[in-house]
Amino acid sequence: MQKFALTLAAASLLVASATTTHAADGRDYISIVGSSTVYPFTTAVAEQYGKSTKFKTPKIESTGTGGGMKLFCAGVGVSHPDMTNASRRMKKSEMESCQKNGVTEVVEVKVGYDGIVVANSKKAELMKLTRKELFMALAKQVPSPEGGDKLVDNPYKTWKEINSALPANKIEVLGPPPTSGTRDAFVELVMEEGCAAFDSIKALKKSDEKQFKTVCQTIREDGAYVEAGENDNLIVQKLAANAKSVGIFGFSFLDQNNDKLQGSFIEGQAPTFENIASGKYSVSRPLFLYVKKAHVGVIPGIPEYLNEFTNDRAWGEEGYLAGKGLIPMPKAERKTFAADAKALKTVVLD
Amino acid sequence: MSESKKISTMDRVNVGLAARYRKEKRFKLFGFTAIVASLMFLVLLLGSIVAKGYTAFSQTEVLLDIHLDPAELDVNNLATANYAALVRSAIFAQFPEVTSRQDKRVLGQMVSTGAAYKVQEMVMTKPELIGSTKPVWVLVDDEVDMFIKGHIPRDVPEAERRVSDQQVAWIDHLTANGRLKQKFNTTFFQAGDSREPELAGIKGAAIGSMFTLMVTLLLSFPIGVAAAVYLEEFAPKNRWTDLIEVNINNLAAIPSIVFGLLGLAVFLNFMNMPRSASLVGGLVLTLMTLPTIIIASRASLKSVPPSIREGALGVGASKMQAITHHILPLAMPGMMTGAIIGMARALGETAPLLMIGMVAFIVDVPQGFNDPATVLPVQIYLWADSPERAFVERTSAAIMVLLFLLLTMNAAAVFLRNKFERRW
Repeated sequence: MQKFALTLAAASLLVASATTTHAADGRDYISIVGSSTVYPFTTAVAEQYGKSTKFKTPKIESTGTGGGMKLFCAGVGVSHPDMTNASRRMKKSEMESCQKNGVTEVVEVKVGYDGIVVANSKKAELMKLTRKELFMALAKQVPSPEGGDKLVDNPYKTWKEINSALPANKIEVLGPPPTSGTRDAFVELVMEEGCAAFDSIKALKKSDEKQFKTVCQTIREDGAYVEAGENDNLIVQKLAANAKSVGIFGFSFLDQNNDKLQGSFIEGQAPTFENIASGKYSVSRPLFLYVKKAHVGVIPGIPEYLNEFTNDRAWGEEGYLAGKGLIPMPKAERKTFAADAKALKTVVLD
Repeated sequence: MSESKKISTMDRVNVGLAARYRKEKRFKLFGFTAIVASLMFLVLLLGSIVAKGYTAFSQTEVLLDIHLDPAELDVNNLATANYAALVRSAIFAQFPEVTSRQDKRVLGQMVSTGAAYKVQEMVMTKPELIGSTKPVWVLVDDEVDMFIKGHIPRDVPEAERRVSDQQVAWIDHLTANGRLKQKFNTTFFQAGDSREPELAGIKGAAIGSMFTLMVTLLLSFPIGVAAAVYLEEFAPKNRWTDLIEVNINNLAAIPSIVFGLLGLAVFLNFMNMPRSASLVGGLVLTLMTLPTIIIASRASLKSVPPSIREGALGVGASKMQAITHHILPLAMPGMMTGAIIGMARALGETAPLLMIGMVAFIVDVPQGFNDPATVLPVQIYLWADSPERAFVERTSAAIMVLLFLLLTMNAAAVFLRNKFERRW
């Protein structure tokens, strides 16, 4: 019993000390949440910032874009994160939830681009794909191969059935699950573009937009598309082991594994650093960092962190983020966003 | 019937004997195969981890003659001087033939960014060195290190590896001059996390694990033992205690992520405790290990013979005296074994910590229970998810460290049991 009383005392003491110290001195480091795609870049900047300034190194959690938005928009105050990474733009609904919780002023910083690659093992044939072919390989419903406008459940089993120039391998694509920002971007940039290549579906857009979206965004569930989890390294390893499968993941993983993997051409363009930067390679998306303006001045070091991020030595063509796989924005665009970040210009979503 | 009567029992036994022996042999063989198979898997697992990870314990360093230029350094600007430029000019001095801007940039990148911090530290501790030229061993970039260790192959076309032919020539030149050397990787044990593999270490995660486990042990052991003593020695046997018992047994089998969700709801959202702190991690893991400890403690209390209890009461000890003087000391080894096994499980958990924000990139080594911290298994998970090749071996090395800690803890449990356990 003595022990029990002692324990209770110790426990309450611990809890009390935690809550009081926390409430008293607030937080002296920046807290960032959000996309696992932007995570490698935000962390690299954080480390550099921690070493070169008097401030503490920010804490960065990889929660996924959607999870990050939820935490970010939960409110203002030291217990809520100061910034969130996003591999897509903030949605209107997310902005509304932010506003509702008192997060009225949000600064948007576009940090650069990321390419999404479709890749397979070097042991296999290099594939030259179009977005239309990718849609035909991966959509749940496609226009009937016999012609006509009728939609049928995806009948294609091998790549060769789609285009005779492609290998006769079974369609097996390893890709991210629906919670991932990479998946959202892939659907938007490849599937939707690919399905608009069919006139019959395009016509649907005008007549029945909901149906159009379902057709274009639904990925087949008959085993040809394998959800491989959020871990891109896992996809890379599986591709190296199985030469017949194809993977979908971020450019930086292709860049780091170019001895094992090759990126498929899409619309005649190879997924190289130069092609993505110049916009020739079509499957690329912007990456964002959102900052809570109300926390500037409350949490120390936020302007300095943004300053480090928007510096050419970080996000420029020869900056250290390029070495981590970030595709830099053109110079003029960098200049605009650096100025906006400096002025803490609040974003208005249109 | 008359015929069968002639066969004696012994004969009947003898007829079936061969088949029974064969059956027994097969039975034994099945058991043996099971052991061999599981051993093989274990060897395979450990073998692949060690084979991938042992190289992480050494790290390539390069000897550079760094000229501590008094034009760059001044006693007043030691904190802000451009040390990276000093390092760069030292590596350029090794290759005077490299002149183009592009080549110089690539050459400069072969030395780790950590080199500048090492030089800075050296100058700040000994400012009298300014003006001299000092030979210093500094870290090379992770890709150079990977190439030297053979993880980036040499005999493939230039386009298929991340180290160019020109860089290979530079590496060969440095090796020939004795300027490249493998050293024991002290950074791995002395640094927190980093995005540069050569600067990344497990100290931050190890300290975080230590803080978390300390909270867990301090809370779960006394509470667990107290609960077990009450349930075993004081509680009346009725429907309520049965209900509690069933619930404790059920809790022990609940997936750990559920405790994470509970922690998020109670500790973070309701009690407003700091996110990512090892204190909260410890509290969540306490919830998780409590049932294990209670069950083990009750079992060891049960195994104390009733004669001891009754003997103590018989000579006039109060119930509390009987428990604290006689029963608890005898049950303690079993309780400690249970606690250590519970702790070992807590050490390996990531799922409940995900919910309370301990899966995060944290560079600074935590100084206290409220600092943002991460733990060893989380560090392994984060590194396994990193694109850089050099993190592969570091992941395996961190796994080795974690396995070593788990083994030590389990060995301690076995030792305690053997040393203090009493049999009747």
